[in-house]
Amino acid sequence: MLYQDLQSTNLVEVCMALTVVSQIFPREMIPAVLPLIEDKLQHSKEIIRRKAVLALYKFHLIAPNQVQHIHIKFRKALCDRDVGVMAASLHIYLRMIKENSSGYKDLTGSFVTILKQVVGGKLPVDFNYHSVPAPWLQIQLLRILGLLGKDDQRTSELMYDVLDESLRRAELNHNVTYAILFECVHTVYSIYPKSELLEKAAKCIGKFVLSPKINLKYLGLKALTYVIQQDPTLALQHQMTIIECLDHPDPIIKRETLELLYRITNAQNVTVIVQKMLEYLHQSKEEYVIVNLVGKIAELAEKYAPDNAWFIQTMNAVFSVGGDVMHPDIPNNFLRLLAEGFDDETEDQQLRLYAVQSYLTLLDMENVFYPQRFLQVMSWVLGEYSYLLDKETPAEVIAKLYKLLMNDSVSSETKTWLIAAVTKLTPQAHSSDTVERLIHEFTISLDTCMRQHAFELKHLHENVELMKSLLPVDRSCEDLAVDASLSFLDGFVAEGLSQGAAPYKPHHQRQEEKLSQEKVLNFEPYGLSFSSSGFTGRQSPAGISLGSDISGNSAETGLKETNSLKLEGIKKLWGKEGYLPKKESKTGDESGALPIPQESIMENVDQAITKKDQSQVLTQSKEEKEKQLLASSLFVGLGSESTVNLLGKADTVSHKFRRKSKVKEAKSGETTSTHNMTCSSFSSLSNVAYEDDYYLNTLHDRGDKELKTFSLNSELLDSESLTELPLVEKFSNCSLSTPSLFADNSMEIFHPPQSTAASVAKESSLASPFLEETTEYIHSNAMEICNNETISVSSYKIWKDDCLLMVWSVTNKSGLELKSANLEIFPVENFKVTEQPGCCLPVTEAESTRSFQYSVQIEKPFTEEILSGFISYHMMDTHSAQLEFSVNLSLLDFIRPLKISSEDFGKLWLSFANDVKQNVKMSESQAALPSALKTLQQKLRLHIIEIIGNEGLLACQLLPSIPCLLHCRVYADVLALWFRSSCSTLPDYLLYQCQKVMEGS
Amino acid sequence: MIKFFLMVNKQGQTRLSKYYEHVDINKRTLLETEVIKSCLSRSNEQCSFIEYKDFKLIYRQYAALFIVVGVNDTENEMAIYEFIHNFVEVLDEYFSRVSELDVSFFNTVFHGTWQAHSSPYQIGSCSVTQAGVQRCDHGSLHPGSPGLK
Repeated sequence: MLYQDLQSTNLVEVCMALTVVSQIFPREMIPAVLPLIEDKLQHSKEIIRRKAVLALYKFHLIAPNQVQHIHIKFRKALCDRDVGVMAASLHIYLRMIKENSSGYKDLTGSFVTILKQVVGGKLPVDFNYHSVPAPWLQIQLLRILGLLGKDDQRTSELMYDVLDESLRRAELNHNVTYAILFECVHTVYSIYPKSELLEKAAKCIGKFVLSPKINLKYLGLKALTYVIQQDPTLALQHQMTIIECLDHPDPIIKRETLELLYRITNAQNVTVIVQKMLEYLHQSKEEYVIVNLVGKIAELAEKYAPDNAWFIQTMNAVFSVGGDVMHPDIPNNFLRLLAEGFDDETEDQQLRLYAVQSYLTLLDMENVFYPQRFLQVMSWVLGEYSYLLDKETPAEVIAKLYKLLMNDSVSSETKTWLIAAVTKLTPQAHSSDTVERLIHEFTISLDTCMRQHAFELKHLHENVELMKSLLPVDRSCEDLAVDASLSFLDGFVAEGLSQGAAPYKPHHQRQEEKLSQEKVLNFEPYGLSFSSSGFTGRQSPAGISLGSDISGNSAETGLKETNSLKLEGIKKLWGKEGYLPKKESKTGDESGALPIPQESIMENVDQAITKKDQSQVLTQSKEEKEKQLLASSLFVGLGSESTVNLLGKADTVSHKFRRKSKVKEAKSGETTSTHNMTCSSFSSLSNVAYEDDYYLNTLHDRGDKELKTFSLNSELLDSESLTELPLVEKFSNCSLSTPSLFADNSMEIFHPPQSTAASVAKESSLASPFLEETTEYIHSNAMEICNNETISVSSYKIWKDDCLLMVWSVTNKSGLELKSANLEIFPVENFKVTEQPGCCLPVTEAESTRSFQYSVQIEKPFTEEILSGFISYHMMDTHSAQLEFSVNLSLLDFIRPLKISSEDFGKLWLSFANDVKQNVKMSESQAALPSALKTLQQKLRLHIIEIIGNEGLLACQLLPSIPCLLHCRVYADVLALWFRSSCSTLPDYLLYQCQKVMEGS
Repeated sequence: MIKFFLMVNKQGQTRLSKYYEHVDINKRTLLETEVIKSCLSRSNEQCSFIEYKDFKLIYRQYAALFIVVGVNDTENEMAIYEFIHNFVEVLDEYFSRVSELDVSFFNTVFHGTWQAHSSPYQIGSCSVTQAGVQRCDHGSLHPGSPGLK
């Protein structure tokens, strides 16, 4: 069905089919319809093209491999003349660039151009939304540019201009312009930074933040959050606003502000910021918010905690609020931090002691429920570090734990934690009734895990000495030697084997055997199963022989083994990795922040700041002052940091300058290299001992001129008229080729017959543009049309697609400079002659050639016309002269092939009124139709559309766009020509030309 | 990226919904009631963006009707906010003063219009354009609608 619809000629059906494809489509069916959809990319209706692009986008999403080969076509879609199709292709590009930005750097120019056009209002008015041109398209493009320019200076440089313009254009005070601005700021800060742009973007953020509209404020905060990492000084600028937002009635704004504060936290403002966060946390009920915020607080606390008490209390708050929803890494990290400690041993002990004490007080409180995770953390800490307590004995701690154990609200998982803690404490508490009671209670527990633990505890409790050696105090982080091969069991195994027990087989082997027994087809290669079984067979005796040496005191190791296994179970909480380097750096931070004198200095600074603030705002109310105080405490770190940052900034600026100078250097290098070039050609001249001051001068002049042309070239390139490109190339080619030619011809210069040198120069310099042009268009040979003793003028025609380009080359044969050589064309009524830019250098040096280019466009059909003009020039001695010339132009110069399909031919054929029929006799050399048509194609530039049997279809057009169609048919040696056109004179003329061609050849 | 689009009235009745990521039918009703509850709880002085679970809601109120769009974190909130308004402008043009009744009576038209309208946006896993089809089907539907082609 879908397939039929896609092939249908009905527009609606195709549309519907494409829509369905882009919404629901199975991956397996893509290859079947892909070619059809690719075809649709060339459809004449833009809606179909757009839908095809979207369908391909969908394919790209679900099966990127299958559309890899059509990436070229996406590029075509990007350059589509319809904006909708282009916009649709942006989806694909955004996606692909997100995945791999380096592959699409070459498209940056196109995106920049598109954005420039959109911003410049070049799109149809339909795309405007409240007189903002295509805002959503702009946003999409900005996003793409941001991705492309990330960490890439060269690419970023391409987009500075357009970003600047979009920032400037978005002045209009409408929501949607703010949306664009926001995206713009985002892009500016994500690409390689440029100080001017950053400044402007920062100003824009100010506009957002200070706006009374709440939505804009939100956006401003979001932008600030994004920007602040790169430029914390911005936060200082807006500190009062941030403070206001912190107390904003809208929780969303508050939350965004906290997010912002999170990014600027440092060792000095951490307490205030965390306090604010906790306040928010207590009000919030949303689970996602809690999880998110709790994670952040824990991170900040670990990073910047100023002292032990604060750290533990903050973490307590985190655990009690975050409870069971928080990320499991938080308690794990916390425990690891406690266990591994810092560099300073006494510091660690204090921290642990504080933790234990705080937990005991927490547990003392009646009728308070703590989350399970928190209880687990407590039980671990109490089990490990209760020995640090002086007042409370381990027995008291055990009693507390026991109380918890009997509590119904505690989950069984937490209970195992508690029992493990009790087990750890038992050796320290010499004799305890509680433990006995506990064992009694839980050995009959229904929970197998609990029962297991209880039994372990029971057996260990019977042998206190062993227990003490097994559960040493404060050894939680020492690595335990685990005998993974279970060698202590070797004896047991050997005994079993000798009694006739089957050897142990690994699980997979057993499964294989079972499968082979069931006579199911074995898909595994046979070798594998054989080898593996052989392997295990060999392994076990080897293990026995090895193990028997080691397992001497198997009983004790056995016990130790179970014990260590159990410990493993507990330690699983903080993962297998050992010390983390990250941790070390954190602790470094913390110890760095601890020294007291430094802090007091900081406080002094704070006070100084606040005093200053206060002195500035003496008239402000007390409330304001409070806010100021808060601000100074919040942004304290930033203040000091900002100076550092300013330094950093200055550094980057100077760096930039350096970079700039480098560019300059490169440029000067370029110039010197061109100088070198001219010099080298010059030196080759001097080698032939032709040292004339005059020549030296001219050469230097030429060098300068070349530089000029270079700069001219770049200007031309900037002026972005693409049609001029070949011209530009030609120019540079010209000017580059001449000096080298001189070098080649230096021998002739040595015996100075000047005119030959000049003519050689002329010819070759004429040749070089020819070579350039041939690649682009067909052209005629150069013809000398007039000359005198000083100059010679030759001309040639270039049949460009849209016009006839006449080129007159004026060669200065004399050794003198020509001043203000000028070419004028007499006006002719049938043509419009326009001078091409890029050929208005005032001076023509000696021995050089200049080209004048004129594009000729036809205004009224004619058969033959003469285009004439004159060259006027001034010699060095100021006498002026004129030289007239004329060129013949025929209508043929304006005939171009018309490339259409046979279908279009049929349609056009019926629509034309003027027709001419004639039979022409063919010469023998072109008896066959194809060869006859070939001559027509070559001589008259007709386009052969199709040859069917003895009939042929051809088409051409008279510039600018008058089509003419030719239908020919061959009977024996007669060619029947049938012309049709919308113009009355054209068929006659063409027929005449055809006859001439056929008879002539 | 847009995750879903809802039109809900103050009573919590869903007039129009479109999901671009799979959500269970049962969960949809739950989600919709929660969404409208959180929208109703907000006053005019509060901003039109809500953080809801791991994504964001952007809402706009037109009389008794709320239009809510759920987007992920990478989206530009203000752009969506204006996008909703653009959509309503299109409806207004078509119905000449659109009302909640129109929404309930001409549900299909609304679906079509929204789909057509959302073409500039990357929606869920795919983006949709249907403007052309709509033109073909209804002929008179939103001629020269702003920002829509």
